[in-house]
Order: sequence, then C-alpha cells, then structure tokens
Amino acid sequence: MAVIRDMIPAFELFQPTTLQDALALLAEYGDEGWALAGGLDSFDWFKDRVKRPTAVVDLAGIESLRGVRPWGDGIEIGAMTTLTDVIENEDVQSRYGLLREAASHVATPQIRNAGTLGGNLCQDTRCWYYRSGWPCYRAGGNTCYASAREAMNREHCVMGARRCVAVNPSDVAPALIALDAQMVIAGRRGERVVDAEDFFIGPAIDITRMTVLKPGEVLTSVRIPPDYAGATFYFEKVRDRQSWDFALAAVATAMVTSGGNIQRARVAVNGVAPYPVRLENVERVVAGRPVSEETAEAGGAVATDGAKPLRHNDYKVALLENLVRRSLRGTEA
Amino acid sequence: MPTLLTAFPDFRQLSDRRGRPWRTSDRPSTPAPGSAHVGQGNGVVRLKVNGDVYEVGVPEHYTLLETLRYGIGLTGSKQGCDKGDCGACTVLADGHPILSCITPVWEAEAFEVRTVEGLADGTRPHPVQDEFDLNGAAQCGFCTPGILCSAVALLDRNQSPTRDEIREALSGNLCRCTGYTKIYDAVEAAAGRLREGAP
Ligand SMILES: Cc1cc2nc3c(=O)[nH]c(=O)nc-3n(C[C@H](O)[C@H](O)[C@H](O)COP(=O)(O)OP(=O)(O)OC[C@H]3O[C@@H](n4cnc5c(N)ncnc54)[C@H](O)[C@@H]3O)c2cc1C
Ligand code: FES
Ligand code: FES
Repeated sequence: MAVIRDMIPAFELFQPTTLQDALALLAEYGDEGWALAGGLDSFDWFKDRVKRPTAVVDLAGIESLRGVRPWGDGIEIGAMTTLTDVIENEDVQSRYGLLREAASHVATPQIRNAGTLGGNLCQDTRCWYYRSGWPCYRAGGNTCYASAREAMNREHCVMGARRCVAVNPSDVAPALIALDAQMVIAGRRGERVVDAEDFFIGPAIDITRMTVLKPGEVLTSVRIPPDYAGATFYFEKVRDRQSWDFALAAVATAMVTSGGNIQRARVAVNGVAPYPVRLENVERVVAGRPVSEETAEAGGAVATDGAKPLRHNDYKVALLENLVRRSLRGTEA
Repeated sequence: MPTLLTAFPDFRQLSDRRGRPWRTSDRPSTPAPGSAHVGQGNGVVRLKVNGDVYEVGVPEHYTLLETLRYGIGLTGSKQGCDKGDCGACTVLADGHPILSCITPVWEAEAFEVRTVEGLADGTRPHPVQDEFDLNGAAQCGFCTPGILCSAVALLDRNQSPTRDEIREALSGNLCRCTGYTKIYDAVEAAAGRLREGAP
C-alpha cells in the first residue's frame, strides 16, 4: 500500500443533524471551530495548513438547511442547497434568471454539484498572498503584500480598499444584491436577518472577515422577495479562462421597465472590491430614463467614481465601466 | 444484494449513528486487524462504491479520494492537484460528477459513489471507454478516469449532446496532452452508439 502523507492537520469532526446542535458546538469551540459546507474552500485552507481548526462542524446532515421553498410571493433557499440545485430549480429559472446565470458561471460542473449556496457566499478571498499563509493584515499581521511596490496585483481591487486590497470572489453575491435578497443568520441568541448588501463587509469594518457572520453564527437561508422577479436581467463575468476561473470583474443588473423607461434598477458588481459593491450612483442616474444607449452611457460613466487602481490592475476600471454600460442596454444576458 | 467488502463486524452498529450528533473520538480508534487501511484510523466510514459496500477505518480529515485510493485500493481516480483545480479525481455521486479530492469522506456516506472502475459492465467496457480507445482520446491517460466519469454522467441524461454541451460537461476536467478534440470526438461517437442501443 501506498504511504499516506496526511495533508491535513487532525481536527475533531462533528456531524450534527439539527441546527441547534450545530450552533451549540460552534459556540462551544468559538474561534477554534469551523462550519463545514461542501468543503471546497474549507479543505483548500486545511490542506495548505494555513487554517487549523480544532473542531469542524459539518452542516451537511442538517436537512432543514437544504432546498428551495416559497417565501410569501418570493422564495427562500436553504444555505446548504448546492449551486446545481439552485440552477435547476424551476422558480429560480423562471423568475430569478439572474441568480441562475450567476450560479452557472461558478467554476466547473463538479464544483457546482458539491458547492453550496451558503459556502459560495461565505467563502474567503482568493488573494494569493493571504491564501499562501503570508502574515498580512487580513491574517492578523501588519502589512499588505499585494499592494507593495513589487507586488503582483492584477486580480486585486480598484475600490473599497482599506489596508487590504483583496477582492470578494463570489459570482452569486452580486446577483443576490441586485435581487434585493436577505440573508437569514442563526446564532445562539436567535435569528437575525440582514440585507444582502450589508451581509458582506470590507476591511474598514473588520479586516479579518468577509461577512457579518461572527464565530458561532450560521447562515441558514437566503430570501428573495418578489420585487425583481421576472425583471430584465443581465449578468456578465469576465475571466481569463471560460471555465474554472474566478471573475476579474462581474456585473449583475436587474431592471424593471415600463413603456421603454427604466422604473427602477439595481446594479451590483464583484471582483473589484473586498466586498460585492452595489452601485447606487448608477441606479440613481438611470432611474426614470428611457432604455437607451445614452442612458447606458450615463450609467457606465459613474460606475467607477472614486476608483483607485493598483499598479497592475487599471484595466479593471475600463472593464467595469464597460460591463455596467452593457448591463444597462436592456438586452438580457 | 451488494457485498460487504471490508467488514468490521464489531463496529456494525456505527452505521446507525445518523440522527444524533457524535464526535469522531467516540468511535473505535483502531481498525480491525487485516483492514485495508494503513493510516491511523479514527473511525469507520461506510461507503457504497460501484454497487459494493465498504467499511473502512479512516481519520476524520480524510477525503473521499484518499479513502478510495489508500483505504479501499481503488486507484483509478487520480490525485492530481488535490485542491479542486484539475478534475483528475472526478467520481460520480448519485450520478453527478464531483471532485473526490476535496470531498470530506464522511459526507460521502450520504450518496452512492461510482468511479472509473465501475463504468464497465463486467468485462465489457462502457461505449465511452471503447470510443476513447478507438479515437485515440487518451495520451498519458492521467485525466482519462475523471473525463470518463464526467462523460458518462452527461450521456446518462442526454444521449444527443451537442458539441457545446459536451464541452460544457467536460469543462471541469483538464487534459494537458490531447488538446481535447479527440476527447470530444470520442464522446460524440459514444453518444451515437448509445442512441443505436449499444449496451
Ligand atoms: C477551483 C475552484 C474554483 C472556484 N471558482 C469559483 C468561481 O469562479 N466563482 C465563485 O463564485 N466561486 C468559485 N469557487 C468557490 C466555490 O464556489 C466555493 O468555494 C464553494 O461554493 C464553497 O462552498 P462550499 O459549500 O464548498 O463551502 P465550504 O468550503 O465548506 O465553506 C466555505 C466557507 O464558508 C463557511 N460557511 C459555509 N457555509 C456556511 C453557513 N451556512 N454558515 C456559515 N458559514 C458557512 C465555512 O466555514 C467556510 O469558511 C471555486 C472554488 C474552487 C475550489
Ligand atoms: S485532484 Fe481533485 S481536482 Fe485535481
Ligand atoms: S491524456 Fe494526458 S492529461 Fe489528458
């Protein structure tokens, strides 16, 4: 038999079947605990031995966290629903095509079959200095390697930086922000619900976390209201390869039009900041205007207000402007 | 009836532990003598693989791939990047391709696993395997087990895939040798044979 080189430092594994048990375990272990969903991001960290939790709490056995169900006139999707199940759900396809599009742009079929909606939203940044275990600000150190003079930062952010310049890698996140979704969070002290756009946080709020989730909290579901169901949707992701790759920039736009005019629109982008960004200035500029090339131009022109590119990523500014403009032309993608 | 291949009679009750929270350290820590497992066992995982049931002693941090290769001895699934980046470890979970290198093995108790070893019907290769051979779709062959699994998953639900559907279905499998064209040709040819009723 082959000699095994155990890649992962040992941890204690728990497989609770109820949310209450999971919350109790996570509370017991605090910073030393780790919630496990599909494992795609988690095991990547463990194998690199950069993150070494003492206890891993596997959420896969908790049936109540899985599946798509009606929620008023909208829908509620359990955090442990796989991306493939999200993509293949009839309600998602017929009314929330933006989410379907975004989820089907994630990685590869294999990764979508195992990766969960919650895991995709809670995943950590892919900045390779940080992922390689360098002691940067985000890892609790006192420097940012990616913004150093000689750093390779083509994939890093052009807005929202505060000491850390990593980007949020989720394709699904901007679609949920554009659909005005809500995140349902459970903790030892009960449940709280936050808007999708407030769920993600930047380094100005907490440089070590990507979301508002505190240790011990679990994202249980995502609720999507009917407000933008069946709206005009546009999702586009630009990446170096057509498969597998994370976004260099991605845009998700939902527009409600009537008589050729944009009544209201929500525009969100990712891959350009440490958190997915809702572009409210663009939404304001286009609201009430006719669907036209001029409107799209006007929206695109303000999309990158305040952008500050790094040494190797100024292309992202032009890219973002173009993506936002294209998303506002009223053609679906 | 599936055969139980690696049996630990004393630990049989372990397979009934679903429904209650448990810690791995509550489980027996030494696998039975003669076990196929060579590492330090922290528990016994029960897997359904290619129609057989295996009980294997593994540490809690093991992946499905490590268990298949080093616990059970099914080495068809390849350990390439071991990080989710290449697709060489692709196996089918209830018919859906997943990456076994990054699947916690304890989650695999919930589904039926099919590996490249389970694609043939007895001694008769699956039409995709045949067509890979006839079309020269494998060179070094390292990517082949994973690609065969992705291709079988596609053909199980769609026997008339377009070229684009084939490309999409195989987009999670890297091949560094062939340039993919012959692989797509082989899958297309296999689809044709399946439409004609090939077993
Ligand atoms: C090679 C590769 C390529 C990828 N490409 C893309 C891409 O192009 N676009 C994209 O969007 N994503 C991409 N991903 C990310 C992938 O979609 C996510 O890693 C995956 O969805 C994570 O989900 P998971 O279910 O495996 O979660 P896990 O890896 O198990 O968990 C991820 C993180 O979220 C936490 N977590 C998970 N669920 C919950 C919950 N319910 N409550 C609280 N915390 C939770 C975990 O503690 C962990 O920190 C890629 C991943 C890989 C490995
Ligand atoms: S070995 Fe699993 S994806 Fe490369
Ligand atoms: S045949 Fe060598 S990698 Fe595909």
